[in-house]
Amino acid sequence: MPYQLTVSPDFSPDHLSGWYIFNTWLQRQIGEAIHLELYNSFQAQRDAIHIDKIDLIYANPFDAAMLVREKGFLPLVKVQGVSDEAIVAVNKASAITDVTELSPGSRIAVTEDPDVRLMGMIMLEPADLTTDNVQIKVCDSYVLVAKQLLREDADVGIFLAEAYDDLSSIIKKQLRILVQSQIGVIQHALLVGPRLAHRRDELRESLLAMNVDEKGRDVLKNLSFDVWANIEDEDMEFMIDLMDTLNT
Amino acid sequence: MIYDMKPEHIIGDYKEVTLDLYGGIRRTCLYTETETPYPDGKLIVSTTDINGIITQVNKSFVEMSGYTQEELINSPHSILRHPDMPPAAFKDLWNTVSKGEKWQGYVKNLRKDGGYYWVKATVIPNVRHGQVVGYTSVRRKPSRSKVEESIKLYPTLF
Repeated sequence: MPYQLTVSPDFSPDHLSGWYIFNTWLQRQIGEAIHLELYNSFQAQRDAIHIDKIDLIYANPFDAAMLVREKGFLPLVKVQGVSDEAIVAVNKASAITDVTELSPGSRIAVTEDPDVRLMGMIMLEPADLTTDNVQIKVCDSYVLVAKQLLREDADVGIFLAEAYDDLSSIIKKQLRILVQSQIGVIQHALLVGPRLAHRRDELRESLLAMNVDEKGRDVLKNLSFDVWANIEDEDMEFMIDLMDTLNT
Repeated sequence: MIYDMKPEHIIGDYKEVTLDLYGGIRRTCLYTETETPYPDGKLIVSTTDINGIITQVNKSFVEMSGYTQEELINSPHSILRHPDMPPAAFKDLWNTVSKGEKWQGYVKNLRKDGGYYWVKATVIPNVRHGQVVGYTSVRRKPSRSKVEESIKLYPTLF
């Protein structure tokens, strides 16, 4: 049975082909059959994790905690110099100029992306807003979050900063950023599961060397990554502890 | 290490008080009425060993505390202890985290320049191989209403 690779469902659709190219490269490197399975939702992916179908995962920080602490996954690499940040934005015409002007009952448009939602809700806490006293409107994509704001069906939208930057200029001109996170230490990580853990050192070595040959650089380019960086076990534990403090 | 605060570091008029800190440390604190607002979108992160000695700080910690990274590393976390904070709050913190549980509360922190800043703090024990090896503390922007509640409550806890 081939090993299974998956990617947190928050990846940009622009990088879909990039992950298939990456998987082909990876199989050649370690000489094993690996099937890339991309799940449509976080829940579908978590269901697959729970029945131990996954062997390699590019995980968001929220799920990484569960993968490492409960499912025995080990960290491999992260993208160097990149961190997950969130943006809280409003319709440009909104009367709200500061988060603290928001009141309970506000309509918050979000995606299912758990770490971005967490970071966004933390930025709404200064207004005494919590998931218990706002109306959460879950959208399938960040473009749909933006549309909720444009149609004035939501008062505030929570975006992955990278996804906000990728919105078309026409949409962005009609939005206004209230606050952007500057956390710097929360990011996605490539993790290896128990069945493939015996190849961990080899996998890590190949990944860290990807940018030194032309073929590897091309594969990274298709994912819009520059270079992988090593994650020590303690770095991973630190990020998980950090997520734990935020999820309170 | 932790030292008495020095008048030449203080900005503006100040009051003086000597605090008894954890570990039998006595420290002369100089404090003013100047508040530094918590910056939007940032987290202040630090780790300590099991005795509360700082082992890591992030850039936001350095910026908000007014100390350099070198001054903070190896100092007790109580370097930030403000005289307006009731000892009962920190007793509760230590009792909670030493049981392996998370602690959360609103804290008024003392800056090197004598000013202060309010935070919503969460402290969790770092458990490695079943043992608590230290603590991670993350501070975020508090709501003004919670700060106002704390301003009323804390003087009653001395």
